[in-house]
Amino acid sequence: MDMEFSPEDLAFQKEVREFIAENYPAELRGKQDEGDELGKEDFLAWHRILYKKGWVAPAWPVEYGGTGWTPTQRFIFSEETARADCIRLMPFGLAMVGPVIYTFGTPEQKAHFLPRILSGEDWWCQGYSEPGAGSDLASLRTAAVRDGDDYIVNGQKTWTTMAQHADWGFFLVRTDKDAKQQEGISFLLVDMKSPGITVRPIITLGGEHEVNEVWLEDVRVPQSQRVYEENKGWTCAKFLLAHERTGIAGVASSKRGIEKVKEIARTELDGDKPLFANPFFKRKLAELEIDLTALEFTELRSLAGANAGKGPGPESSLLKIKGSEIQQRLTELTLEAVGHYGAPYFRGFGANDLGGDNEHPIGPDYAHRAAPTYFNMRKTTIYGGSNEIQRNIIAKMVLGL
Amino acid sequence: MDFTYTETQDMIRDTLSRFLADTYDFETRQKFINGDTGRDPAIWTALAQDLGMLGAAFSEEQGGLGGGALENAIIMEELGKVIAIEPYLPTVVIAGGALKAVGGAQADAMIPEIIAGNAIVAFAYAEPQGRYDLANLRTTAKKDGAGYVLNGHKSTVYAAPWASHLLVTARTGRNQRDKDGVSLFLIDANLAGIVRRDYPTVDGSRASEIYFENVAIPGDALLGGEGTGLPLIEQIVDEATVAVCAEATGVMQKLHEGTLEYTQQRKQFGLPIAKFQVLQHRMVDMFMEVEQARSMTVMGTLKLDLPANERMAAVSACKSKVARGAKFVGQNAIQTHGGIGITQELAIGHYFKRATMIEGQFGSADYHLDRYERIALAD
Repeated sequence: MDMEFSPEDLAFQKEVREFIAENYPAELRGKQDEGDELGKEDFLAWHRILYKKGWVAPAWPVEYGGTGWTPTQRFIFSEETARADCIRLMPFGLAMVGPVIYTFGTPEQKAHFLPRILSGEDWWCQGYSEPGAGSDLASLRTAAVRDGDDYIVNGQKTWTTMAQHADWGFFLVRTDKDAKQQEGISFLLVDMKSPGITVRPIITLGGEHEVNEVWLEDVRVPQSQRVYEENKGWTCAKFLLAHERTGIAGVASSKRGIEKVKEIARTELDGDKPLFANPFFKRKLAELEIDLTALEFTELRSLAGANAGKGPGPESSLLKIKGSEIQQRLTELTLEAVGHYGAPYFRGFGANDLGGDNEHPIGPDYAHRAAPTYFNMRKTTIYGGSNEIQRNIIAKMVLGL
Repeated sequence: MDFTYTETQDMIRDTLSRFLADTYDFETRQKFINGDTGRDPAIWTALAQDLGMLGAAFSEEQGGLGGGALENAIIMEELGKVIAIEPYLPTVVIAGGALKAVGGAQADAMIPEIIAGNAIVAFAYAEPQGRYDLANLRTTAKKDGAGYVLNGHKSTVYAAPWASHLLVTARTGRNQRDKDGVSLFLIDANLAGIVRRDYPTVDGSRASEIYFENVAIPGDALLGGEGTGLPLIEQIVDEATVAVCAEATGVMQKLHEGTLEYTQQRKQFGLPIAKFQVLQHRMVDMFMEVEQARSMTVMGTLKLDLPANERMAAVSACKSKVARGAKFVGQNAIQTHGGIGITQELAIGHYFKRATMIEGQFGSADYHLDRYERIALAD
């Protein structure tokens, strides 16, 4: 057992670091530093650069466009992108439906969709939750009925992140009304420009338009766009949720988040000293950092298990619970650190496709989104299977209760 | 010992509660805050003239109902229950408190204007470098003939866009963080040289950055002694701190009630989620926080008249407990609601936002724990 990087790994780290320094878009960096709300083109800018370099999907098998990196190299890559505060790539294609398609899809589906996910040509969204089916996902009611070579889909989805930009969506639909809950569900790929689809914004607490309601009314979907067998979509759904949970720990970005809080605390004054000298604040930072270290080494142990051929199992629930709690505590500390300047509210001030007002906020740049981010990040303990559900999973699957 | 309210106090609560039920439902509040000015002035006028509410905390000689801190707490709690954005705190609790403390001609002139609803006062005390330290002031008031000249920058002055007057802390002498040399001024909000940048706040109110650029103010704007204003400022901020704790109690009660109601309607796995024990225990913990916030607010309110050190210890105990409770209740209300809790659609998220801002207002939980330790646990 050891935790040192090999000379090859260190060389790789240097290569990644230099690539980011030379290629990360300056304009995007500027918007991020000022706390501007980001739009579709901002997200795609970095995606396209990584695609061109061949680094956009490190986790994919090489035959489908992956990098062939070792798990350690992938770890280094995610550390370096987080350290440099690179914008996160939209996970819906790369981390969610992509793996489902290369694992369960037909040769035609693989050939058509995977290259377009890699290039960023298609923007994907996830049609899972419904108004009556949140934590109890399997109780979903959106129905697909066969009609010749097609399905006719009717129903309503909610919390559909970034659906306002989406070209395609992957939807869980009920194809057998009489089957028990988790049976009778199928996994469909739906063209979001199909007639009968309506996307309505849901504005979240920080004022963001991030999630949507999606209404499906007699939407025609070819059966060739069903992934895996009819009524066996739950297999894909479970596979995807487990994958979603591994990324959800967010260790690298939380590490960067702690560095940011430290920078703020070194700048903000508390009496005649920086806030960083306040023992109460520092104690909370220390506790957070230690909890993050515990999460990091738990994730590394889980990764090592994955290297040995074990798929992500129920222990990924632990990563989700602890990772999301740490992300939330980071936003709490940030809001606390900015003091009075947590109160001013400037909705997405820059010109972007989410509708900014261009009025520049007052107060330090790092304060602009402290409160909206704190409000927004309450979602992390709710989405991807709420933390209550994750604890149920651990109780049942790990503890055997 | 008697923790019951008087008939007059019960009447104040009932009258205000009925008025707010009729005029301040969630949708109406959203209309106020999303409008151009962020408020409906008719509400303030009605509170003053129809209900006599703005006089509840002033003596009968001053034209009020003869109340004080308890009446302020009752009113703030009711305003909290509807997350009202009315400027009762800065106008009545803070400016009214300062005027009652100094008395004399200034009080005689101004208090009737407050009671009548003609004057709205914003409290310009915070500065970008100052955090919660009331004496950490770069704003200066320099003697100039019979008056003063004001220069400086005040941050996040709640209600300033609506204000007829500003209550300003400024340094008339000594150095930036000295306890001496601090003075309190009540000035017209529209004097030449006052530059405002207005903005909405995350919790639905309006506030301003205020820049004083050689603002000439008259000598009688000074409240209390020149250079010896800090004890008065500390006293009115302590009164304000307890008042926001009272507001928090109302906010937390609604967060808890809203959560109880939602969990009894929302079904998952074939049951109302209120049937799940893990959520029941959480809602019990929330309930206990609400009750303790109410207890601490009563304690803090009753101890406001004690000597400064005892008052400060009591207020800090109150605020640190309430700030932590507000965080706990707010976060768990959102978590228990799930996705719908983080949207703008339900009132619950807006209560959470106000609860979050109250946490830091006039000092965070840590700030007040520290102040409590320094006073109550001094060697």
